[in-house]
Amino acid sequence: MSHSMSRPSLPLSAPKKQGLYDPAHEHDACGVGFVAHIKNRKSHEIVEKGLEILLRLTHRGAAGADPREGDGAGILIQLPDAFFRAIAPELEIELPAEGEYGVGMVFLPKDEAHRKACEAIVEQAIVEEGQQLLGWRDVPCDAVRADLPESVTICEPVIRQVFIGRDGSCAGQDAFERKLYVIRRVAGNRINDLAFKDDAKFYFASMSSRTIVYKGMFLSHQVGAYYEDLRDARMTSALALVHQRFSTNTFPAWELAHPFRMVAHNGEINTVRGNINWMNARRHSMKSELLGDDLAKLWPISGEGLSDTACFDNAIELLSMGGYSLAHAAMLLIPEAWSGNKLMDEKRKAFYEYHAALMEPWDGPAAVAFTDGRQIGATLDRNGLRPARYLITNDDLVVMASEMGVLDIPEEKIVKKWRLQPGKMFLIDLEKGCIIRDDELKAELADQKPYQKILAETQVHLESLPNEVAPMAPEHDTLLNKQQAFGYSQEDLKFLITPMAVSGQEAIGSMGNDNPLAVLSNRSRHMSNYFRQLFAQVTNPPIDPIREEMVMSLTSIIGPRPNLLGLDMEEPLMRLEVHQPILSNIDLEKLRLIERYTDGKFRTTTLSMCYIAEQGATGMEKALTSLCEAAENAVNEHFNIVILSDRDMDADHIAIPTLLATSAVHQHLIRKGLRTETGLVIETGSAREVHHFAALAGYGAEAINPYIAFETLFDLQRRGQLPEHLTLEEIKTRYIKAIGKGLYKVMSKMGISTYHSYCGAQIFEAVGLSSEFVQKYFTGTATQIEGVGLAEIAEEAARLHRNAYGNKQIYKHALDAGGDYAWRIRGEEHTLTPEVVTRLQHAVRTNSRQLYDEYAAAINDQTGRLMTLRGLFKFKDSTPIHVDEVEPATEIVKRFATGAMSFGSISHEAHSTLAIAMNRLGGKSNTGEGGEEPERFVPMENGDSMRSAIKQVASGRFGVTTEYLANADQIQIKMAQGAKPGEGGQLPGHKVDQRIGRVRHSTPGVGLISPPPHHDIYSIEDLAQLIFDLKNTNTDADISVKLVSEIGVGTVAAGVVKAHADHVVIAGHDGGTGASPLTSIKHAGSPWELGLAETQQTLVLNRLRGRTRLQADGQMRTGRDVVIAGLLGADEVAFGTIALIAEGCIMMRKCHLNTCPVGVATQDPELRKKFVGTPEDVVNFFMFVAEEAREIMARLGFRSFDELIGRTEMLDTNDAIRHWKSQGLDLSPMFHQPKANGSAIKHCETQDHGLDVLIDNSLIAQAQPALQDKTAVVIKTDICNVDRSFGTMLSGKVARKYGHAGLPEDTIVIKAKGTAGQSLGAWLAHGVTIDLAGEGNDYVGKGLSGGRIVIYPPASSSIRAEENIIVGNTVLFGAIAGECYFNGVAGERFAVRNSGATAVVEGVGDHGCEYMTGGTVVVLGETGRNFAAGMSGGIAYVLDEAGDFENRCNMAQVELEPIASEAEALEKLDHQGPDLETHGRVNIKHSLSQDDQNILRTLIERHVHYTNSSRGRNILENWDAYLPKFTRVMPVDYKRALSEMEAEMKAEAGKEHANG
Amino acid sequence: MGKPTGFKEYDRENLSYAPVADRITHYNEFSKLPADLSTQGARCMDCGIPFCQNGCPVNNIIPDWNDLVFHGQWREALEVLHSTNNFPEFTGRICPAPCEEACTVNLIGDAVTIKNIELAIVEKGWEEEWITPQPPEHKSGRKVAIVGSGPAGLGCAQQLARAGHDVVVYEKEDRIGGLMRYGIPNFKLEKHVIDRRIAQMRGEGVVFHISTHIGVDISASELLNEYDAVVLTGGSETPRDLPIEGRDKLSGIHFAMELLTENTKRVLGDEIADADFITAKDKHVVVIGGGDTGSDCIGTSNRHGAISVTQIEIMPAPPEKVNKLLVWPNWPMKMRTSTSQEEGCERDFSITTKRFIGENGKVTAIECARVEWTQDESGQWQMREIADSEFTLKADLVLLAMGFLHPVHAGMIEELGVNLDGRGNVAANTSDYRTSLDKVFAAGDMRRGQSLVVWAIREGRQAACAVDEYLTGSTTLPR
Repeated sequence: MSHSMSRPSLPLSAPKKQGLYDPAHEHDACGVGFVAHIKNRKSHEIVEKGLEILLRLTHRGAAGADPREGDGAGILIQLPDAFFRAIAPELEIELPAEGEYGVGMVFLPKDEAHRKACEAIVEQAIVEEGQQLLGWRDVPCDAVRADLPESVTICEPVIRQVFIGRDGSCAGQDAFERKLYVIRRVAGNRINDLAFKDDAKFYFASMSSRTIVYKGMFLSHQVGAYYEDLRDARMTSALALVHQRFSTNTFPAWELAHPFRMVAHNGEINTVRGNINWMNARRHSMKSELLGDDLAKLWPISGEGLSDTACFDNAIELLSMGGYSLAHAAMLLIPEAWSGNKLMDEKRKAFYEYHAALMEPWDGPAAVAFTDGRQIGATLDRNGLRPARYLITNDDLVVMASEMGVLDIPEEKIVKKWRLQPGKMFLIDLEKGCIIRDDELKAELADQKPYQKILAETQVHLESLPNEVAPMAPEHDTLLNKQQAFGYSQEDLKFLITPMAVSGQEAIGSMGNDNPLAVLSNRSRHMSNYFRQLFAQVTNPPIDPIREEMVMSLTSIIGPRPNLLGLDMEEPLMRLEVHQPILSNIDLEKLRLIERYTDGKFRTTTLSMCYIAEQGATGMEKALTSLCEAAENAVNEHFNIVILSDRDMDADHIAIPTLLATSAVHQHLIRKGLRTETGLVIETGSAREVHHFAALAGYGAEAINPYIAFETLFDLQRRGQLPEHLTLEEIKTRYIKAIGKGLYKVMSKMGISTYHSYCGAQIFEAVGLSSEFVQKYFTGTATQIEGVGLAEIAEEAARLHRNAYGNKQIYKHALDAGGDYAWRIRGEEHTLTPEVVTRLQHAVRTNSRQLYDEYAAAINDQTGRLMTLRGLFKFKDSTPIHVDEVEPATEIVKRFATGAMSFGSISHEAHSTLAIAMNRLGGKSNTGEGGEEPERFVPMENGDSMRSAIKQVASGRFGVTTEYLANADQIQIKMAQGAKPGEGGQLPGHKVDQRIGRVRHSTPGVGLISPPPHHDIYSIEDLAQLIFDLKNTNTDADISVKLVSEIGVGTVAAGVVKAHADHVVIAGHDGGTGASPLTSIKHAGSPWELGLAETQQTLVLNRLRGRTRLQADGQMRTGRDVVIAGLLGADEVAFGTIALIAEGCIMMRKCHLNTCPVGVATQDPELRKKFVGTPEDVVNFFMFVAEEAREIMARLGFRSFDELIGRTEMLDTNDAIRHWKSQGLDLSPMFHQPKANGSAIKHCETQDHGLDVLIDNSLIAQAQPALQDKTAVVIKTDICNVDRSFGTMLSGKVARKYGHAGLPEDTIVIKAKGTAGQSLGAWLAHGVTIDLAGEGNDYVGKGLSGGRIVIYPPASSSIRAEENIIVGNTVLFGAIAGECYFNGVAGERFAVRNSGATAVVEGVGDHGCEYMTGGTVVVLGETGRNFAAGMSGGIAYVLDEAGDFENRCNMAQVELEPIASEAEALEKLDHQGPDLETHGRVNIKHSLSQDDQNILRTLIERHVHYTNSSRGRNILENWDAYLPKFTRVMPVDYKRALSEMEAEMKAEAGKEHANG
Repeated sequence: MGKPTGFKEYDRENLSYAPVADRITHYNEFSKLPADLSTQGARCMDCGIPFCQNGCPVNNIIPDWNDLVFHGQWREALEVLHSTNNFPEFTGRICPAPCEEACTVNLIGDAVTIKNIELAIVEKGWEEEWITPQPPEHKSGRKVAIVGSGPAGLGCAQQLARAGHDVVVYEKEDRIGGLMRYGIPNFKLEKHVIDRRIAQMRGEGVVFHISTHIGVDISASELLNEYDAVVLTGGSETPRDLPIEGRDKLSGIHFAMELLTENTKRVLGDEIADADFITAKDKHVVVIGGGDTGSDCIGTSNRHGAISVTQIEIMPAPPEKVNKLLVWPNWPMKMRTSTSQEEGCERDFSITTKRFIGENGKVTAIECARVEWTQDESGQWQMREIADSEFTLKADLVLLAMGFLHPVHAGMIEELGVNLDGRGNVAANTSDYRTSLDKVFAAGDMRRGQSLVVWAIREGRQAACAVDEYLTGSTTLPR
């Protein structure tokens, strides 16, 4: 890799927005930690310990293109008075007493004049605010010692400290802190206004009389090296808060490093856009006694372009300055999941409910550590999605960090090891010298005011108001016209509305999307079709809204919000709440008349969204303006609920598209600072499907009444087109329920859990809207390639109106055909038409290039029917070469892969045909997420191979054994899927036959759930860990990460490459699927052209491009597509749908029904016989594609594919084929080429995974006798937290040689001591045992494939094991087989997705045994909430001493039973004693007649045997007393499947008997 | 929607036919629909790509009405059906149903009985009196003449009338319907089926002038003067002749249409003297040409009481089965046996006719020879007579059913001087259907050459759309 040593010339500094790259999309995550002395004893040692923690968290950060280039690190400590006092004389500063002065840590531009200007402004602000400027100090910095690379020093600021003395007029230190805050805001805003363009920006790292922050663009070890101050022994503090950042981008600026002034954060705030908006919307209504007139100087509280954490810091600071205590502020911003929590104390609930109206939650995964210098604490998001562990020593030290082992603390000093639990807080009050526990803390706050009483007096539930009379549904013909004017199609009735009313949920579809984008369609499209839903990938996890419903809430608060800083000022406002935001017609009438029931406290006005039809499209702009003015006037006239309505729409009136009207009014009121003074409710005929509601919510609607949707349903019912037994009431209820569930899905795919924070959060990307239009009406939404503006949107509405009220015959009695979900002659265009499918199949079956050419022409030439963005491209003229000079097609096909389609979603025949074909071609096939039969790893007799080169690892981890991974050329982590990014999946029980059950290591007949997130990837550094794990299992395989295109995907990809992915897939939104909710197929994600171009540009800018191979995926169909993908930056191309068509798929779109008539996407044995595809067909197809690509390459003058990668200058837009809607598109950002300055624009280097330094190398060396001839070995070693994925590489070697069966019991025994790093024993193979005296971190036993893991506290430890934590979160995720014994408590999600491992543990956190499908878990202690959610198989035995387990168990899929008594067991047992002597593994093959008691006892005995658990021993000694306290958790489906299997076996046995 | 597993659960159920011995005693229709069509509708898979809709020339929205029938919603089904097809009762009887060949179930088994369902829907519509005139709310005051009352003319007329125009249809024969009236025997299409539709159209304001031959009775220029637009839908009526020895000298050799027209006239009650009537009774009949018209001749001959009927075809016999993987969803060339062929006839393929042999000026036999078809290097099929393969067929009546060449040029077309295409059809494209003459349009067989009724309906509808747009600047008609 010597070539990587020659460094390319550097970019000057963080690039500006260019092409599709926008620095605003940067994400970060990281390691966070603090150390504090409880009694506030200051010492330099604490500072040193802080820096030590940073060092030990290095693996949670990342380096950029240059390994010395860090993403940011820093430390926050108490203001070191002694130090400053000592040096003050040198500075000729006279320091007042401690607490009487503050220090500002200031980053200044290098430019002398700019710096002077900044300093002058700071000084002026100090004077203006009546404080005293004491002087400046140059902070000694040493970039050389810190070994900062040029890319970092180029933007290195001049760092100075400003000393400010408290003026006597300022009463006390708190008031002084507020003044310092004001000075900072005032000076900061003014300097911002100067808009200097320096590489190093002006920035206040901190300014306080209590704390100071030292940070910068560092790797963790560089912090101490850079700042001389930190090494000074006089520098003392009783606390040190540290943070190591992992940024997705390599342009992390100095100011983006944490800690901020009050917080350091690990996680991501998903709703930040909405939070910023709502903050600004409060401008008018916010008043503060403490801040008084100063409040006005602070705006904007969060400016544009700040990171989410910076915004959060701004918010917590404002609350804190406004009089909230730190803990109070943190609870306000990140509330626990309180609604629907049966276990929560009523007072605390009332506290949260009261505060819900004050502030929408800042939603997203978060471990936030915060401090004001007097208290330090941390809190975790409601779902516990980030890890935070802490320990307390007997000499008053508290250490909290993302993982354990970050400081070497002698075991005997430790008195407690615990973790932060979901929604819980942990606070140390240094001044009081004590730790305040979560429950104490919250109880105290909940008692501060009579919240229950206040709520009782002020809370109005819409549901409880008396019913009003709603209008009657019109007769059919009138309704038809209205439906048409609002753009209803027949498909809306057939595919969307009817299924919702019948089943209470949204319908499922399959085979992706091949319709044109809204902006390319010649037809009028619903306004919301221009908005693509965003979703979480990599940097934060989506949520499972079904299995983890407890964190979700649809509650919406309508109407004015109270003064955020009004702590004690005024009498509480009335508040109106609905438990979900979809209002029935009656609900809406209640709202209209609410004034009567609330003594006029609520006043509602209705504003019409309609205008005179005669004005046509041109009238819309004026109508919008007047609507906004009317809303503003209404608020000023103290109407605090505004209903926007289009009920006036008729032949003479056109309705403004609801989404446009809603957002326009919402944004207008925000701009006027009036938005929080009124509620915004929408009465609309246009909303009908989930996406419409989500878009309205995202742009500010607090509640929505879809009256035409209801009327449509009533009309269907009247005409007998709905099941007869459904009453109107039931239909309405089910429809509302379905929309609610759909909203949950949409919110949760972004990781947002409450409607309250989703509302106004604008979690969308606009595709095909002009930026001027978006800026005006959808302010803050990203739109990358321009497109239509108001004129075209208005024209679409006008056309629909004409269709409805004009004379068109086809609309006389019928709705428009639609054609979005199924192909229709008069419907929307599809790329895959009957002709296209036919020609392709006839071409491959007859090997006819002519037919293929006809097929390709039908797709490539989009004249008159635009389908895709690339359809608008054209190739620039170039000097052609002869086609013979181009590399042969056989070379090009090696860059081809088939898309990930699992065996399970498609048939064995379809799956293996693709594999054989790709192996013949030298391309790659992909297993998909369902595992692969080991038989396929062996070549076939004729030389073919059914082995898929790419082994996919998805969130369900089905069949992901060590053997499976060891047989891969590429291991692909599926972060998202084009058809349903951010969602999980479900394979219904009836599809899990014997064979699929075997491959997936699950029970036939039992349904399988793929969770929405990978439970071991909640952030970018988690992904880095998984990449590391997988690389260890198979060091020869490339690790690939599959992403789905959405805005910002390039930045995510950059992070993924920094996390050492060898290969990155960018999939388009339109990819195929076996089953997905229709909303997701149609509305989530964006086209691959955009995502690929953005990724290429971002990687090139980041100088990371050469390290990874880039693959484009998503409805690729022709050689032209391949060449375009290459030109936009792809090294490789994947084909999904079209490869299926080549082998016989005919786009039935019935995959989810198992009725595929051509045997492709079905498991039905009869239908599978209909499969006709052959490897030859598939080979022919890919050869055609490659030949077509070759011909284009010849035309463009490229001799090889390598030459064309990233050459966007060969592309141009074909203006000749545009139409009225597509005219406005500007595709040039996609063709933008960032200056590469010599760095690679295609794949050319290999990633350094850092494997050669791993401890496993030594394990492998020592285990040679075992690996070579199964000779048993015992290995002893020390271990610490940087030793990650311990035992994994070794296990990979075992599995490669010995398969899943592995080695005999205990062939390799590793005795280790210390704190293990993450992923201890991941994919541990059979025959390998890890015996650890110490503790584990997160992901212990991930993917366990037969090995044994035993962990117990070391002998020197004095803690009670069963009361302390011993392993972290997500232990045994995706385990297949093996056993674990943990002498202590585990974190959240213990044994999540376990398919077969056995484990004994002494307590678990929330979500224990989630999604488990097999295996046995024994919990000898308390469990957290939501135990057994989504658990469809396996058995858990839980010791329920308090008898309240049922409250914490999710009973949706399981039943609880006592353990059978000994007498019964003995009788059954006969003389079958437990085999304790062998120390062999416990082979538990579940059956209904099994002897539970014996199994349980055996496992506990074994637990005691291995760990010497005193808890276990105690239970065994008092067996009779404990046994009744155990509960067996048995999944209902599993029980049914077991009984069916047993019945079958009996029948078989009977048969044999009869035959015998 | 529909029944997802219907195609696996239910078998295809075809029409049932009266026994041959019974049905050849009359000229009435003899087929019967299955009693329960809802299960047949349930066999429809509601495909993501309904190849049937694409296979159907009028693009019937087949999955939708299949589903409606399955759910018993006949009236809605009728509405959907009529939204694409003015005359489902014609196509439901005599269409060869390319939709069924394109049906996805056909790929793996037996197609959905689309045509039967279509027929059932429309017949239920008539029975329930759901089908009533739909006169326009407003009249445009524009006048349109339509020449020819076959399916293209009728379709065009109905659409234009509904758009509010004054439509007059001119028919040279004494009854409305064109080829459907006299070209298709009653046992395949009873003529009251046409009459009731005409009645509806009259109710919608369409005026019919029968026995008015444009270019003969009225000059074409007269029409041009009187009307705002003229649509030529006169069909493709010039039959292919067989100019071999004996053709011009011997009697007993007729074009198929001569036989069929007279026969139907008689069936409809017209008095035709025996002397003027072509009969097959007690004759050996040879039908030359293997198409649908040939079949009609066979059915008619058998009903007349022919001694024997032989049908010969110059092309080779198509295969009994086709490789669906290479053909579906397109129309397959395969061996089909019509109900008329079933009623009794000898079929022979790869046969060329060399001369007619006669006695006393009357034909008595045909001399034939066998031919062989081979493909040359360029892929063109070449025919070669097999040496010494001559044989003679006994023939008292020879019926020429070898298709039609192009419209009759004499009369109207020549008078108008409208441009023709290379095959002698009136030149016009399928986007605006305009001929070389201003305000003159052409559609159906007159434009495209001989084809199916369903294609004629499509063209009539689309031409109406073009005419409406021509007359008013825009159109509310569907294409």
